[in-house]
Amino acid sequence: MKREGETRIPSGCAIASVINKNGLPINGKVIVDSMTTMHERSNGLGGGFAGYGIYPQYKDLYAFHIFYDGLASREECEKFLDSDFEIVNLSKIPVKKSPKIVDEPLIWRYFVSPNPNKLRDSHLDEKEYVSKAVIHVNDAIKGAYVFSSGKNMGVFKAVGFPEDVGEFYRLDEYEGYLWTAHGRYPTNTPGWWGGAHPFSMLDYSVVHNGEISSYDANRRYIEMFGYKCNLLTDTEVITYIIDFLIRKKGLTLEETASVIAAPFWTTIEEKDKEKAELLTYLRKTFPSLLITGPFSIILGFNGGLMALNDRLKLRSMVVGEKGDFVYVASEECAIRKMEPNLEKIRTPKGGEPVVVRLNKEIR
Amino acid sequence: MKIIDAKNLRFDSLNGLIRTAGKCIMIMNCSGQRFIGSGSDGQRIEIGGTPGNALGSYLDGSEILVRGNAQDAVGDTMNDGKIVIEGSAGDALGYAMRGGEIYVRDNVGYRAGIHMKAYADKKPVMVIGGSAGSFLGEYQAGGLIIVLNKNDSEFPVGRFCGTGMHGGKIFIRSEKLGYPLPKQVRVTEATEEELNEIKKYIEKYCDCFDEDETEFSGGKFFLLTPDSNNPYRQLYVEN
Repeated sequence: MKREGETRIPSGCAIASVINKNGLPINGKVIVDSMTTMHERSNGLGGGFAGYGIYPQYKDLYAFHIFYDGLASREECEKFLDSDFEIVNLSKIPVKKSPKIVDEPLIWRYFVSPNPNKLRDSHLDEKEYVSKAVIHVNDAIKGAYVFSSGKNMGVFKAVGFPEDVGEFYRLDEYEGYLWTAHGRYPTNTPGWWGGAHPFSMLDYSVVHNGEISSYDANRRYIEMFGYKCNLLTDTEVITYIIDFLIRKKGLTLEETASVIAAPFWTTIEEKDKEKAELLTYLRKTFPSLLITGPFSIILGFNGGLMALNDRLKLRSMVVGEKGDFVYVASEECAIRKMEPNLEKIRTPKGGEPVVVRLNKEIR
Repeated sequence: MKIIDAKNLRFDSLNGLIRTAGKCIMIMNCSGQRFIGSGSDGQRIEIGGTPGNALGSYLDGSEILVRGNAQDAVGDTMNDGKIVIEGSAGDALGYAMRGGEIYVRDNVGYRAGIHMKAYADKKPVMVIGGSAGSFLGEYQAGGLIIVLNKNDSEFPVGRFCGTGMHGGKIFIRSEKLGYPLPKQVRVTEATEEELNEIKKYIEKYCDCFDEDETEFSGGKFFLLTPDSNNPYRQLYVEN
């Protein structure tokens, strides 16, 4: 099979999300059903979901979801995990076999905490230690891909239509306060399990509809900071840019949005002095992290989400609200499938971040 | 009238049913099915629920009424007929539209009326009751776009309105201009004579949605036409 980057398939995608601001659990089936209304936006070459608050019994442990091409990859990876982490629980991720999802890799889940001695000796903070380990596995262990590595959250993805992927991973058996979803229609590449969305690093996960024309410029910059873009698809780099700007540089979500979807200089000129100075500073400091080309993304993280369009709004996005629920999707029909009677519905402007946070931290 | 329940129907099955359903059709429980009424003429299609993208694309004379919001690419390359939306529409409304009329009660997304064109007796008309997103009438080559600003917002269109415009007219009801318009656009306050041209479409809009015509008759309208002294220069490659 051809991997990403080896062939080009010209083509849309679908994204959707639901969050309960009071942290009440939502069954995974809700988001899976909403994706069925946007079936035509995908072509069966990738579907995936991220659920937050789904592992309350292990909420203080990092949940690694890993694909293995074969037993040898698993043995090598588990040897590494055994030395650098304490594995509290490990198991295959339960799936429901179906003729619609084929050629699956080995899919394992580990609840881990960093090996305390190694963590201390590394002089790294815990999240940096974990992210370095994730990058190491994906880069250096052949046939092993950590595709989810956050606490109390998990990514589930595969080659297939999103509704079939949801059934395959038995998402009706999970409940979380936040779900994001993706249906893939690969634009440049054939689609493989590791290339499905969401892409995640620690608890940041990204689902993306679009095609980034600045991919290589973004990749060259971000790889200077130790990230390795080895999944050869544009969404991966967005995830690392967000992790870099928020976790390492300490930017707010809104500032991050102003870097990756920076306003035009002509638009900045029209702003008041203080705002114009801030926007100019961000553009000049991180010019290589401007993402050009069409995108609509939903970023999930522990405690909330951010939805964002490219500054020219070359992709669609609708936001609906009812009570403590907020819904985001590429199409209104997907939102109405989850909640027919919305109190508010709107379409954010290009480059305007929509940030939704939990009312209080979920413990 | 033929009633079709669209629940759990795929877009292709639904459109198959519509094509053979006769002249007058009502669709219930629509949920994102695309291409409804595409290329059709001589039909009257009423839709309950949320129709999918490309509603009435290539429409060739049929009338479509949506009892709610519509999504993206309504009336794409529409040739003739009428689309009425009792709510808001998404992005790229009436893309490359070359005939017929579209009436939207509330707001529309980005890129409404881009590449709209006119030829001989073909003159497309788009009436937007509320406000429009950025790039309204981008590359417009012909036809008429009217923004009524029924909620009296400060300026009812987004940025880059009429970028690359080289034909047609955009009427915007507003007391003042919001921010600088692109150099390719000439802006004047519409004269009484010019307003006469759009009078009948405002009447039709008010007919469609039971609005009071006098609400729009007194206000100031700006008229945007192409300024051939300032031809279009690239936007997309400049960061």
